Amino acid sequence: MLRELETRFWGYRRPDGRIGVRNHVLILPTITCAAQAAHQITQLVAGTVSFIHQHGCAQVGVDYEQTFRTYVGLGVNPNVYGVVVMGLGCETHQARRVAEEIAKTGKPVEVVSIQDHGGTLMAIAQGARIAAAMVADASRLMREPASVSELIVGTECGGSDACSGISANPAVGWVSDRLVDAGGTSILAETTELIGAEHLLAKRAVSDRVAKRVYEVIHAMESRAFQMGVDIRTGNPSPGNIRGGLSTLEEKSLGAAAKAGTRPLREVIDYAQRPTEKGLVWMDTPGHDIEQLTGMVAGGAQVVLFTSGRGTPTGSPIAPVIKIATNSHMYERMGDNMDFNAGTVIEGTETIEEAGARLYEELLAVCSGKLTRSEILKQHDFGIWRIGPTF
Amino acid sequence: MERAGRREAHKVVMLNPADNVAVALADIAAGTRIRVVCGESVFEVELAEPVEFGHKFAVRPIAAGENVIKYGEVIGRATVDIRPGQHVHVHNIEGIRGRGDRLAAGT
Repeated sequence: MLRELETRFWGYRRPDGRIGVRNHVLILPTITCAAQAAHQITQLVAGTVSFIHQHGCAQVGVDYEQTFRTYVGLGVNPNVYGVVVMGLGCETHQARRVAEEIAKTGKPVEVVSIQDHGGTLMAIAQGARIAAAMVADASRLMREPASVSELIVGTECGGSDACSGISANPAVGWVSDRLVDAGGTSILAETTELIGAEHLLAKRAVSDRVAKRVYEVIHAMESRAFQMGVDIRTGNPSPGNIRGGLSTLEEKSLGAAAKAGTRPLREVIDYAQRPTEKGLVWMDTPGHDIEQLTGMVAGGAQVVLFTSGRGTPTGSPIAPVIKIATNSHMYERMGDNMDFNAGTVIEGTETIEEAGARLYEELLAVCSGKLTRSEILKQHDFGIWRIGPTF
Repeated sequence: MERAGRREAHKVVMLNPADNVAVALADIAAGTRIRVVCGESVFEVELAEPVEFGHKFAVRPIAAGENVIKYGEVIGRATVDIRPGQHVHVHNIEGIRGRGDRLAAGT
C-alpha cells in the first residue's frame, strides 16, 4: 500500500511569484567571445554559475530568435536569483537586449561588456564585483513552503538501453502522472526519439489542433533525415543504444514515450519556450541530450528527471538533474554519476509504482535542496539547438 | 519442474501479448530452453544463439518483410526470415522511419 504523497517542498520565491529550487547567480555570456571571462568570474565568486558555448554572433532569422529565447529563458528560470549578462560589444546577440527581457521578471540584472569596460581583465573585475554583491543578497533569502503545482519538471532519457522502456521510463511516467494530478507541469521532449510513437501521444492530445502539431513536429524532424538522404539510424539509435539491445529508432521511441505517463497532452511548444498550460506538454527538441536539457531549462524547468541505461554524467548549471539508472549493473558501475536506481524493477524487487513513489520522494528532496551527483561534480553542460547556418 | 519454469520466466519479459519478440533480462546461453509468459500466452522456445542482457529473441516465426512487434507496436521490419529462439537485432531487422537513405536510393 502506497503512502499518500507529499505535495509540498521548500523553495525560493522570486519577484515574479515563481518558485526556484536553487538560488544561483548566473553569469550569462551572450557571445562566445565573453564565455571565458564569464567562466573566470565563476572561479572568483562562490555561488555563481556559467557555461561555455560557441554561439551568439552572425545568426539570423528563426535561428537568431531561438538562441535569443534560450539565453533569456535561462536568465528568467526561477532557479536564478540574479544575472550578470556578459557581452563583447559588437555581437549580433546584444547583451543589453537579453538583459532587458530578463529584467521584466523583477530579478536583479546587470550588463558587463568587454569592449565598454576596457578589455577582459577589467570586465572580469567589474562582473565579479557585481556578482559578489548579488551573491551576498541572494544568500539572505530563506526557502519557503511551495507546492508541486508550481513545478515544471523536465523529463529526458540519454544513453538508453532495452531496460529504459521497462523500468526507469515507466517510473518517470508514474511520477509525471502524480505531478500532473497535483497541478504541476511535466515536459516530454526529444522529438527525434518519439518518431514511431507519435500516434500514441496524438491520441492523448486534448484537441485536434494539438494532435496536428504532434504530427507536424515529427514530420519536420523526420524530413531533416530525408533531406540529408541518410538513414537516421546512422546516428540514432547510437552505437551504445545498439549494444544495449535497441535495434531501431521506433523501438527506442516507444520506450522513451513511457516517460510521458498516461495523462492528456495539453500542448506542443517550441524549443526553449515556456509552457502556457499546466499538465503534460511536449517541447519540440532534438534527441541530443544536452540541447534538449538546455531547451527545457530555458523553458522554465526547475528540475529534470533523466534516465540512462548506458550511464551518463549529464548536468546543468541551472537545474538539478536527477539521474536514474535503468539497470542495477550500470548503477553499481557508474555510481558516481547516478542518483537513483530503477533496476529494481528489472530484478522484480520493486514494482513500477514502488520505484515511482521512491523517485517522487527523491524529486521533492532535491527540490528542497538535496544536491544531485551532477551538481556535486560541477557538470555544467550547455548546448543550444541551432536551426540555421552561421553566417 | 514448476519451480524451474518460474525461475526461467524471471529471466525474460514479453511486454505485450501481440509481440513477436521477448527481451532477455540476463545473458542467456545458446541452447537454453525458455518459457515466456505474457498474459494468457505461453511460448516455449530454445535459444538458437546466445542472447545478451537487454537483447531480443523471437517467440513467434517472423517472415522477411513482416513487422516486428514490441510493446504491442511496430518497431521495425524483418529483413530475413526469423525463427523462434533466434536473436532479433540490427542484423535481421531494420527501422522503417527516418530512412532518408531509401529516398536517396529511390527505394
